[in-house]
Amino acid sequence: MDNEEKNSKLKKSSQYKSQIALLIMTVSVFGLFMITSPEVFFKGRIYQAFLSTVPIMGLMALGLTFVLAMGEIDLSFPSTMALSGFIFTSTFQATGSVTLALIYSLLSGVIVGFINGILVTSIGIPSIVATLGMQFLIRGFSNIISNGLAKTVALDKTISYKIFAEKLGVIPVQSIWFIGITIFFYFLLFRHKFGEHVLFIGDNQEAAKMMGVNVNRVKIMVFILMGIMASFAGILSCYRMRTWWPTMGEGYIMMVMAAAFVGGTSMFGGEASIEGTFIGSFVIGSLEAGIVAAGLSGFWTQFVCGVLIIASVTIHTLAKRRK
Amino acid sequence: MDKLVEMKNIYKSFDGVVALKGINFEVGFNEVVGVLGDNGAGKSTLIKIISGVHSFDEGEMYIKGVKINPKKYSVKMAHNLGIETVYQEKALADKQTLWRNIFIGRQITNKLGFLNIKKEKEETDKIMHVLMGFRGIGVNADSAIKTLSGGEREGVAISRAMYFEADLVILDEPTMALSLQEVKKVLKFIQNIKDKGKSCIYISHNIANIHPVSDRFVAIDRGKIVGTYNRKDISLEELSEELIKYTKSSIQINQDERILQNG
Repeated sequence: MDNEEKNSKLKKSSQYKSQIALLIMTVSVFGLFMITSPEVFFKGRIYQAFLSTVPIMGLMALGLTFVLAMGEIDLSFPSTMALSGFIFTSTFQATGSVTLALIYSLLSGVIVGFINGILVTSIGIPSIVATLGMQFLIRGFSNIISNGLAKTVALDKTISYKIFAEKLGVIPVQSIWFIGITIFFYFLLFRHKFGEHVLFIGDNQEAAKMMGVNVNRVKIMVFILMGIMASFAGILSCYRMRTWWPTMGEGYIMMVMAAAFVGGTSMFGGEASIEGTFIGSFVIGSLEAGIVAAGLSGFWTQFVCGVLIIASVTIHTLAKRRK
Repeated sequence: MDKLVEMKNIYKSFDGVVALKGINFEVGFNEVVGVLGDNGAGKSTLIKIISGVHSFDEGEMYIKGVKINPKKYSVKMAHNLGIETVYQEKALADKQTLWRNIFIGRQITNKLGFLNIKKEKEETDKIMHVLMGFRGIGVNADSAIKTLSGGEREGVAISRAMYFEADLVILDEPTMALSLQEVKKVLKFIQNIKDKGKSCIYISHNIANIHPVSDRFVAIDRGKIVGTYNRKDISLEELSEELIKYTKSSIQINQDERILQNG
């Protein structure tokens, strides 16, 4: 009994080591910002700004966490975000119906995800290649249909603006969406049959197949989930800026991946951390503002971001290695 | 319905390579069948067709008298028909916990598909103590598979099959990575299956292990069944001789083919 207790305690401590390290890192990043620019980081406004911007990339990072847990990757989501944003704004302009615009926009994410899934499963293209191709294809497609011109829409005159862009008290609604979806995804991945299948596929695809998991169907569904998250991020972006612009989503790809990796999700599949992605999104998403507020040039953002990724992934890897 | 599994003239190929060439194979009720053959003879393909992992291209298959449509047959259907397969140790996911590995594909869930983790863990604890005989060695339902030894993994895979009370248990090289003590446990498990009136297909390289627990042996070579023997009629020595004969002839043929190709 002694032995058993010791063993399970040991296991737990290594399990939480990663999470503790992530928390320490988060606290020290924000602590550093508070020291370097107290006039900014001791006021609520900057946090309010984070709470409205970080969720947009964070939602995509949550979707990507599922893809990574399955041992795959998706590079097409920034373009999907742009395409869905365009479909959202143009449907709204043409029909004046927010509901219709939301449905068509999310549907475009479903379709992109479905195509990604088919390319990876039925055709058998590695996901990194398939989604790289799709990234260009969709970006090109949305530029062709939009003529590369930005669109401004009067979304602030609709009731839906309250749900997707305003504040609830002092809290921006984007962050409420982000928290809600994070909790839902946590249960979906760790407490639901679907998530268990995702983890088993990422861990040992053959075993999953032999135990009766429909591997192809689950993979397609995860790519669809990623597509929906990208669409939703596009919609929130359009609401926030009341504009759609053709380069929407560009620059997100590395940040979104960084958020997932900093959070402790690995590329090997079979394991993931939803709460890690949530925290990682805030760390990565607040870097630029913090560094610029400290009076450093934007070039430092990339450097610090790189340091954070290397440091956190090193810690996660070492924590896992110890038995 | 006098046979549990009946395969008639089954063909299967992968990307143009023919793995099974007209297999006629059957397993009776309460029968233990040992399948023997070299690497690549087609043993694994044969059992993967029965357990629903692979489909077949031609021929007919009946399970408990039900004709199987190869396009629709799946692992899930095989489970529902009472067929459980224990694959070497490959069918476990290393990073996942024991309880997840026991119930994967057959989770205990509510109507929305959310897992009843408490129930699954309780059942896993029972399985571990009653079926596997794990006691206070630092392994519990929350242990990841990668922390287990080869024998323990095999134990998990076998217990999974026992727990779901199959009518037909298929064992794919169950003794490969095991110590002598653990091999004994596996053989006892097979004896249990027989005693309970259930059936078993057992694949092994090790004829000495397989001989005492089997009712019948089927030898496969290069996708064909080349011999069927009742245990009553053949001693271990005779069976070994038979198999060596086939192995030799297949080596001989391979050499002949090579000479033909090169020359």
